[in-house]
Amino acid sequence: MIAVLPVETNNMGACINISLGRTPFFLIYDTNTNHSLFIENTAAGSQGGAGVKAAQLMVDNGADVVIAPACGKNAADVLMASGIKIYKSSGCSIKDNITALIAGTLEELSDIHPGFHNHGGSGN
Amino acid sequence: MKIAVLSGKGGTGKTFVSVNLAFSAGNCMYIDCDVEEPNGHIFFKPQITDSHDITVDIPLIDSSKCTGCRLCVNFCKFNALAYIKGHVEVFDDICHSCGGCSLLCPEEAISERKKSIGKIQSGISGNVTVVTGILNPGEESGVPIIKELLNGKNDGDIFIDSPPGSSCTVMESIRDADYCILVAEPTIFGMHNLKMVLELVNIFKKPHGVVINKTQGEFPALKEFLSGNDIEVLMDIPYDNELGKINSMGLIAADEILEYRVLFSSLLKKVYKEAGHV
Ligand code: SF4
Ligand code: SF4
Repeated sequence: MIAVLPVETNNMGACINISLGRTPFFLIYDTNTNHSLFIENTAAGSQGGAGVKAAQLMVDNGADVVIAPACGKNAADVLMASGIKIYKSSGCSIKDNITALIAGTLEELSDIHPGFHNHGGSGN
Repeated sequence: MKIAVLSGKGGTGKTFVSVNLAFSAGNCMYIDCDVEEPNGHIFFKPQITDSHDITVDIPLIDSSKCTGCRLCVNFCKFNALAYIKGHVEVFDDICHSCGGCSLLCPEEAISERKKSIGKIQSGISGNVTVVTGILNPGEESGVPIIKELLNGKNDGDIFIDSPPGSSCTVMESIRDADYCILVAEPTIFGMHNLKMVLELVNIFKKPHGVVINKTQGEFPALKEFLSGNDIEVLMDIPYDNELGKINSMGLIAADEILEYRVLFSSLLKKVYKEAGHV
């Protein structure tokens, strides 16, 4: 199974990043072979729709599951339409989360938040 | 002549000023461009004579023609398109209706469909024509509605109730304005918000003046800042309990209380003079 995690830096000691769309890197981890690969998140600098683009990146990298603290609605739509399961990460450690994934103790992410794609300014 | 009323944030009395000005002017048009929260109609209670939907074009993908080349997905700089399981998916709420993807698709697999994002209501209240733009909740940008609201409105006196803040909807609302009235609160935050709006009217080189609302106590720094920068203070609206009541009942102060009729008539004269109205 291929798991994708948003991470702060490109090494196994890195912490999981809070934003699926804007995270600097993704870890792609194959639980069958224990191979890991870090890729840069090319969506991070997008003006808008970073979630959709990041989700596309995960789909294209063959993700079966995504482990993240939170997920926007549009990104979740892309992931779920592709049959990718989204699990809620617990704590910051990559290793702990992968271990929990394999043990089957991670919960599916239920709180999908609406996007934050406004046009700037301070209107309310 | 077009006079726009702006403020750095909501709740500073922008609608109060624009409604009372339009009421005092009479024989004019009041256009509510605060499309996310149009409140002017609450005061004018216009008799609605027309209401029509505003639509934007959203791409429609013909999957039978699509070869999955992904040119459209990579092109869309708003990331409103994704390629999932052999299909292009469109994310309506992020799409900016630029039309680029349909032009680009080598297979002509992309056409356009109309999506309603809100509506424009027109009505009459006494001798004021009241036009209100309403953006559907959840829609991202009110710009297409504001464009349509102001399109072709060139005759007579027009009072524009702009959206709060300094975003692209505000720019759209003042594009053709002859004069801008900036409503500000005499507090530190009010001054900060005012500076952002000032920046905007300066970029567009619009003549402008400031109305200070809710003058409860003094905040000398604001007036010092304004006089230091040669910015005209058009009016101070004193703090008044009675006014809160009138507003909460949806009444027009200049219609109810003589004091406000006088206040707004003189503001109107000043604005006309500043704006070179003949
Ligand atoms: S550009 Fe046209 S053919 Fe290519 S993926 Fe998009 S819709 Fe399909
Ligand atoms: S119309 Fe423009 S913004 Fe909308 S999906 Fe196509 S390219 Fe993207």
